[in-house]
Amino acid sequence: MIAELGLAALWLAAALAALQLVAGALGQREGGAELAAIVRPAAILQGFLAAFSFLMLLILFAQTDLSVKLVAMNSHSEKPMIFKLSGAFGNHEGSMLLWITVMALAGALIAALERRLPEKTMLATLAAQAFVGIGFYAFLLLSSNPFERLPVPAIEGNGLNPLLQDIGLVFHPPTLYIGYVGLSVAFSFAVGALLTRQVTPDFARAMRPWVLGAWIFLTLGITAGSYWAYYELGWGGWWFWDPVENASLMPWLAATALLHSASVLASRDALRTWTIMLGVVAFSMSMVGTFLVRSGILTSVHAFAVDPERGTFILGLLVIYIGGALLLFALRAGTVSEGERFSLTSREGALVFNNVMLSAILGIVLLGTLYPLLTEAFDVRVSVGPPYFNPVGAIFVVPMLLVMAVGPLLRWRKDSITRIRLPIAIVGAVMIAALILVSLLSSVSILPLLGLVLSIGLAIGSFLPIRGRKLRLLPIATWGMMIAHFGIAVALFGMASESAFSEETLAAVEVGGSADVGPWNVVLTEVRPTAGPNWTALEGRMMVSYKGGTAKEIDPQSRNFWAPPQETTESALVTRWNGQLYAVIGRQAGEGRWQLRLWWKPFVTFIWYGGMLVGLGGVLALIGRLMADLKRRSIKTRVADRRTGTAT
Amino acid sequence: MTTGLKAKHQRLVLIVIALVALIGAGLLAAYALRNQASYFYVPAQMVSEPPAPGEAVRLGGMVQAGSLKTEADGVTFGFVVGDGEATVPVRFAGILPDLFIEGSGVVAEGRLDSSGTFVADNLLAKHDENYIPRELEDMTKQQAQQVVAETTASLPDPGA
Repeated sequence: MIAELGLAALWLAAALAALQLVAGALGQREGGAELAAIVRPAAILQGFLAAFSFLMLLILFAQTDLSVKLVAMNSHSEKPMIFKLSGAFGNHEGSMLLWITVMALAGALIAALERRLPEKTMLATLAAQAFVGIGFYAFLLLSSNPFERLPVPAIEGNGLNPLLQDIGLVFHPPTLYIGYVGLSVAFSFAVGALLTRQVTPDFARAMRPWVLGAWIFLTLGITAGSYWAYYELGWGGWWFWDPVENASLMPWLAATALLHSASVLASRDALRTWTIMLGVVAFSMSMVGTFLVRSGILTSVHAFAVDPERGTFILGLLVIYIGGALLLFALRAGTVSEGERFSLTSREGALVFNNVMLSAILGIVLLGTLYPLLTEAFDVRVSVGPPYFNPVGAIFVVPMLLVMAVGPLLRWRKDSITRIRLPIAIVGAVMIAALILVSLLSSVSILPLLGLVLSIGLAIGSFLPIRGRKLRLLPIATWGMMIAHFGIAVALFGMASESAFSEETLAAVEVGGSADVGPWNVVLTEVRPTAGPNWTALEGRMMVSYKGGTAKEIDPQSRNFWAPPQETTESALVTRWNGQLYAVIGRQAGEGRWQLRLWWKPFVTFIWYGGMLVGLGGVLALIGRLMADLKRRSIKTRVADRRTGTAT
Repeated sequence: MTTGLKAKHQRLVLIVIALVALIGAGLLAAYALRNQASYFYVPAQMVSEPPAPGEAVRLGGMVQAGSLKTEADGVTFGFVVGDGEATVPVRFAGILPDLFIEGSGVVAEGRLDSSGTFVADNLLAKHDENYIPRELEDMTKQQAQQVVAETTASLPDPGA
């Protein structure tokens, strides 16, 4: 019954999306006011129905209703409740339902709240949102129905991949999806503005909170995903340039560029077409990401189902939406009149530079990700990894970070380098000092060295906008920008330090024996069996001490899950302010010895602290923008009131 | 305008700068990809046309049953990867991946040394019950079926 309710709600939501599209399109015409009036309510109702449908799926998973195929395939009655619920979106169908739910809710929110844009642009935006939605409804209902029943209920479920039975999975996919889908709103705004030729600062102000919101979620989702891969996969790495990681990085790069160009459009009425273009590109990257992950065309832990039909379907959607939007862009871009001009040495100029660099990095990641697919067409199999991405990316990251350190000091419209020569000299001197110091004290290879030096320069540069200004009067959004830039510096420092100073020990140790890694001493005191709700494990008990200090106990495990049968290594971490000890226990190496793999990673945690700071900066910027908007709105209404008051 | 350009040309200048940067990035990427991509080999290819020693490549095949040996240090392993036509000895120092089993598929990342042994930095075994390294799809049909049988957990028979 619950499954049928969910399915019915999904069909209804799809029908409302169709209605929203038709009414939104026809309501544009003369005398379409009646049709136009139903667009907003349709969008809101559609949001409710999609959310209801997703709720039904959650209930099915909570109850472990084994007559539903998806539950039988992916859940198990003995799984802890939280993983039963997260299992609802730990599979292809459920994750697509989550996608469409977030998208419908976003549409409902714009319909309910957005009042700044001209009504026609609003209608076009909601119609565009519905148009994108319909494709995904069709995809779900026709080829990936999550509510499909089994002819005869299964006796027990298949369980969920143990790697995914982790608290990280509870938050990671929804966070990323909200990010991806938030970009669909930016896309709809861009299409709406193109259709009605209303590319104005108001349009940028309406779009900006959505871009900021999406960007915050993407930032946090990527940060969380990276930490999950780091501690759960047990390889000690935090980024693998896996196609799926790239699939989340590419929309982030595009959204970062869009964020900055939208703020130029909002404050200075410049970069009109460029902002529209980025709006289209950002969502295209979300779609490409979904296609890469969901089609099974690339192998990855994330590729749930290798099903050519689904791949073709998503590819079709991709071609329609991206191709359509690019065609519209090509037809209309020429008619968007040029915005305000600016000098190349100005805040706008620096932001344009940042945008071009981000786009170049995006291009490099995209090419590297797609290259294996391309060569496969010629029957040559290759893989592309860090030897490509790191140095080629750095060529563009380095100049971008240099400009980022001082760009925010430039004034809008027109400025000169000589005016800010003092801060440039400070940042430059600090970086040169750091360069000399690091290269004298240790032999670090070129990329980590550049990373360390740039991170220090950027950390200082990011707070220079405070200079000569009253702290109390500094807008919240400016604090947000400084903290986000500082977060990038912190994360970069962590990455460079991890790559430059990590130490690794691989040893076979008998119980009672010890091994050293960096400043740590590790004693294996016991290996014992242990068990959890759906697994058994061998647990190594280790006493670890830092530079001969007091010993602390850690217990890495090698787990055996039985539904589905699989082994995983559970690493154990000791976090200090200046880094992390990372311990993994492997198999028995014969003669009573156990394999231990130990890493000492100085300042590795800064990578994720940095990511969180970037997210925090985004939140502050969002709050600042929303407050400014509210203020502007109340001034407008007051002015309007006074006018009507004098007229009567 | 400090640059002294005619105002009309600003849009054009910006577009040209952006295009130059993007095309530059594209050319750079294409050049780097040709040199930095690591190629995939099956044992038969690796024996008939071996890559240059030291070149980063990947080797995919089946771990031969009974070939896994642990060296005295307890953390270095030797095993043989074959595809039914040829075999390549592999050496790997590290913790074997969770799903590494003799007789099943593996993809090794590393390089060939001068003596013809493949030194692996990293081993990719099947990740979960639904996932087979894509490269293994090129195995002989029988081997592929074997891999699928091992790696696919089927639905419990609803009729049972």
